[in-house]
Amino acid sequence: MKFRVYRYDPEKDAKPYYQEYDVALESTDRMLLDALMRLKAQDDSLSFRRSCREGVCGSDAMNINGKNGLACITNLKDVKEPVELRPLPGLPVIRDLIVDMSQFFKQYHSIKPYLVNDTPPPERERRQSPEDREELDGLYECILCACCSTSCPSFWWNPDKFVGPAGLLAAYRFIADSRDQDIEGRLDNLEDPYRLFRCHTIMNCVDVCPKSLNPSLAIGKIKDIMVKRAV
Amino acid sequence: MVTGNRVVVGAHYGWRDWLVQRVSAVVMAAYTVLILSLLLWFGGLDYASWKATFASGLFRIATFVFMLALLWHAWVGVRNIAMDYLKPVGLRLTFQVVVVAVLVAYAGWTIQVLWS
Repeated sequence: MKFRVYRYDPEKDAKPYYQEYDVALESTDRMLLDALMRLKAQDDSLSFRRSCREGVCGSDAMNINGKNGLACITNLKDVKEPVELRPLPGLPVIRDLIVDMSQFFKQYHSIKPYLVNDTPPPERERRQSPEDREELDGLYECILCACCSTSCPSFWWNPDKFVGPAGLLAAYRFIADSRDQDIEGRLDNLEDPYRLFRCHTIMNCVDVCPKSLNPSLAIGKIKDIMVKRAV
Repeated sequence: MVTGNRVVVGAHYGWRDWLVQRVSAVVMAAYTVLILSLLLWFGGLDYASWKATFASGLFRIATFVFMLALLWHAWVGVRNIAMDYLKPVGLRLTFQVVVVAVLVAYAGWTIQVLWS
């Protein structure tokens, strides 16, 4: 199988370049990550992140034939040859397919991605009705692979000011949580022309999410709540 | 808060512009439907039917409301572009003042066209 892979080692290369590979696959190789492991065996200078190999950890997010996705759950049957692999767009490249995710996580941390509740914790757990719990479906499943935020033109342009789809999905996950007590604070944090309103509903995030989540919908709900609170 | 050296809070504005853009879009869409149905009603466009349409005070007001929606919509959009692309504050401010002046002039011109 033919590959064209983005290569860049800032310590050695003046400029990034593409390297062509032809890899012999085994009959057991199903997913793109399997092929990448063969590639790595062939050329151990190639760097990429991977861990769980089943779409749970989000480590092997990369740009596959122009679209962000997880190598481990991308079926080899579904990709056109030569498979062009690039690092996630918009983030600084550390080496080859590995990017520096600091900016992404800074934005994630800025929305307080944890439950805020100052009442004394009950002996066992803070309980929710099944209906309240259902509100969190489609929100809590995010694995923070950054496929969405790095496919968002608003995030490319303002990564330091716009929270990005992953961060905003997480923000809504806590706004929608019946156990959270800081909804006002969370809305204050997001009421900003850059932090929230740089989302122009381009919906690249929805298009690429490997977990089939819908950040655009969550962002729309935050905007709705914000307007309802104000008018 | 784990955000480096900066405590992150919102600038406490933004929803109004967002809402204005939506509401003004609805106003413009409604006016577009109105104009298209008038064209269908008259079966085309000639000077007499156009003049008769604009003789109605109500229609003039509807047209003026449409123009205000258009200008306000344009302001929000152009300001967004300026916020993204014009980084030096002086340049951005100058640009925004010019845009506001032009839009206000358009509003004045609309009044002149409709009521003179």
